Amino acid sequence: MPEMNMVGAINDALRHEMRKDPRVLVMGEDVGKVGGVFRVTQGLFEEFGEDRVIDTPLSEGGIIGTAIGMALYGLVPVPEIQFADFIYPAFDQIVSELAKMRYRSGGEYASKIVIRSPVGGGIRGGHYHSQSPEALFIHTAGLKVVCPSNPYDAKGLLLASIRDPDPVLFFEPKRVYRAAKGDVPEGDYTVELGKAAVTRPGKHVTVIAWGAMLYEALAAADEAAKQGVECEVLDLRTLWPVDIDAIVASVKKTGRVVVVHEAPKTCGFGAELVALINEKAFVHLEAPPIRVAGFDTPFPYSLEMEYLPLAHRILPAVLDTARF
Amino acid sequence: MDQEPRAVPEARESLPPLTQPSGQLDKLAGLYRQMFLIRRVEEECARAYAEGKIGGFLHLYIGQEAVAVGALAALRHDDYVMTTYRDHGMALAKGMSARTLMAELWGKQTGCSQGLGGSMHLFDAKNSMLGGYGIVGGHIPLAAGVAFASKYRADGKVTLCFFGEGAVSIGGFHEGLSLAALWKLPIVFICENNEYSMGTPLSRSMSVEDVSMKALGYGIDRDRFFVDDVLEVEKRIGEAVQRARELSLPTLVEVRTYRFRGHSMSDPAKYRTKDELELQKKKDPLARARQKLVADGYGDARLEQMEKEIEAEVADAVKFADESPEPDASILEATTYVGPFAS
Repeated sequence: MPEMNMVGAINDALRHEMRKDPRVLVMGEDVGKVGGVFRVTQGLFEEFGEDRVIDTPLSEGGIIGTAIGMALYGLVPVPEIQFADFIYPAFDQIVSELAKMRYRSGGEYASKIVIRSPVGGGIRGGHYHSQSPEALFIHTAGLKVVCPSNPYDAKGLLLASIRDPDPVLFFEPKRVYRAAKGDVPEGDYTVELGKAAVTRPGKHVTVIAWGAMLYEALAAADEAAKQGVECEVLDLRTLWPVDIDAIVASVKKTGRVVVVHEAPKTCGFGAELVALINEKAFVHLEAPPIRVAGFDTPFPYSLEMEYLPLAHRILPAVLDTARF
Repeated sequence: MDQEPRAVPEARESLPPLTQPSGQLDKLAGLYRQMFLIRRVEEECARAYAEGKIGGFLHLYIGQEAVAVGALAALRHDDYVMTTYRDHGMALAKGMSARTLMAELWGKQTGCSQGLGGSMHLFDAKNSMLGGYGIVGGHIPLAAGVAFASKYRADGKVTLCFFGEGAVSIGGFHEGLSLAALWKLPIVFICENNEYSMGTPLSRSMSVEDVSMKALGYGIDRDRFFVDDVLEVEKRIGEAVQRARELSLPTLVEVRTYRFRGHSMSDPAKYRTKDELELQKKKDPLARARQKLVADGYGDARLEQMEKEIEAEVADAVKFADESPEPDASILEATTYVGPFAS
């Protein structure tokens, strides 16, 4: 089984599905001849040609809008938005048209596309190349939202996303694009959407994370273990639909929860997770659920490592909730 | 590529005569039938709105019927149409029944979108009607995407994308034209310029009132004409459809038209004078088509019989909509996602 990084695994998934299904095509800014700003689509242009690997102008509303139209009669476009921070010009297309197409047409039409986009901080990108906008799309009924943390999941989740009947936003944590490595099977396999993974079993505190922050949660868990606190770390993998059963099962065991995410704390996805835990597992809680998140500020350039919920911020939260 | 627009007078002293070739009388009668159906359906919708049977917003097409009917007459049945929230005329001209349309406006389960969409969201897959869109200009890139899919599959279909002149100032218009021009897509962009962006006249909303000029920046063909004659609409749109089908090239067509009602039912249209409205009503393409049919000897009796049939069709549709059930709440989740959903 070859070892790959995230970039290679996503590239492998796209290549695999494009070979298998002529309806699948890739489009976006610099995705063709250049191979993408992070080289995720490298080599696809050479193999599949300009009709299926389409270089577009800088036109996010146009990219997503045309992709929605392509999908109305069965093409399966996988548009790339170069940075998740650039998705806002296409926000209307995603929220008003894509998410509501099935509903608006009473089920007559659906627009199935997978929007890939690098997400998150950690590369000193500043406030327009670092953000994590997942909560906006989770809030929008009709969309599914995925964020893998490792190469195996990245390939399996992307293949599952392309084959899923609903539109999917597939956020790729750019901080671990090349740093996260692992064995990735050749050929076909999928990782089911809507299923979290217990990355580290434990009995004292449940730590919920995804994407690049999973590794920070694991690092904090290692430190906590040295102080006698065993964390159970959940990698959500699919943010929506969220695997609430896995969360509740873990919280029933530990009674204590820390949620970690890069996006600003207020109205971030952590707020919804805490609300769900309160609704579904309140009597099992031994301590108030805690969020460790980005600040309620623009994403900073020079104070990035303070803004991000890294292990040094997660650890005190874990210990506080363990000792509450 | 013809970059010169046809000469279009900005104001006219008198109307040009309708000039369809002889032998087209039955064809004109067929188009008149569609226009009359649209007019009568919408008049009944206005009544139903006043009675509270239709909620929210209702944007009537009255006065503009010749655009939809003429343009769609230039299409094959499996060609695609996408339009704005002012979509009743388009859906009927594409083949939706008055029953299905009215049931949707009444919010009933038997409507085209099972009552979930209402007036502004008329979809009809079997007639390749790709919907009315409530976000101004938002559908223009989508239409380009549909045309891309036709080209990708080489299915020979053409997409017509309708919008008002208000959409021309929105980004979606430019992104859609930009990509359609770049990718040489089989699409016709049709701007139904009815002179008012809701209540703001052209002169106060656009620096260049000739919308067709926007085609120049994208290097695509353009056309521009007044809607007087439904057959002329068919002919002119037909030229653009042919360019799309045979050469896979987009065209921007500006059709100058006029709506007799307000922007929506809640708009008393005080931004225009009675005189202006009365002058425009004298040019009503529906009335002119009828006059032409009478003058050319189609026969009063046949026309009256046709109109009687349509009155019956509309009355039946109203009854159908009145009597149809409302959708069950279980439909909400099933049309939002496929399959069961968490939380």
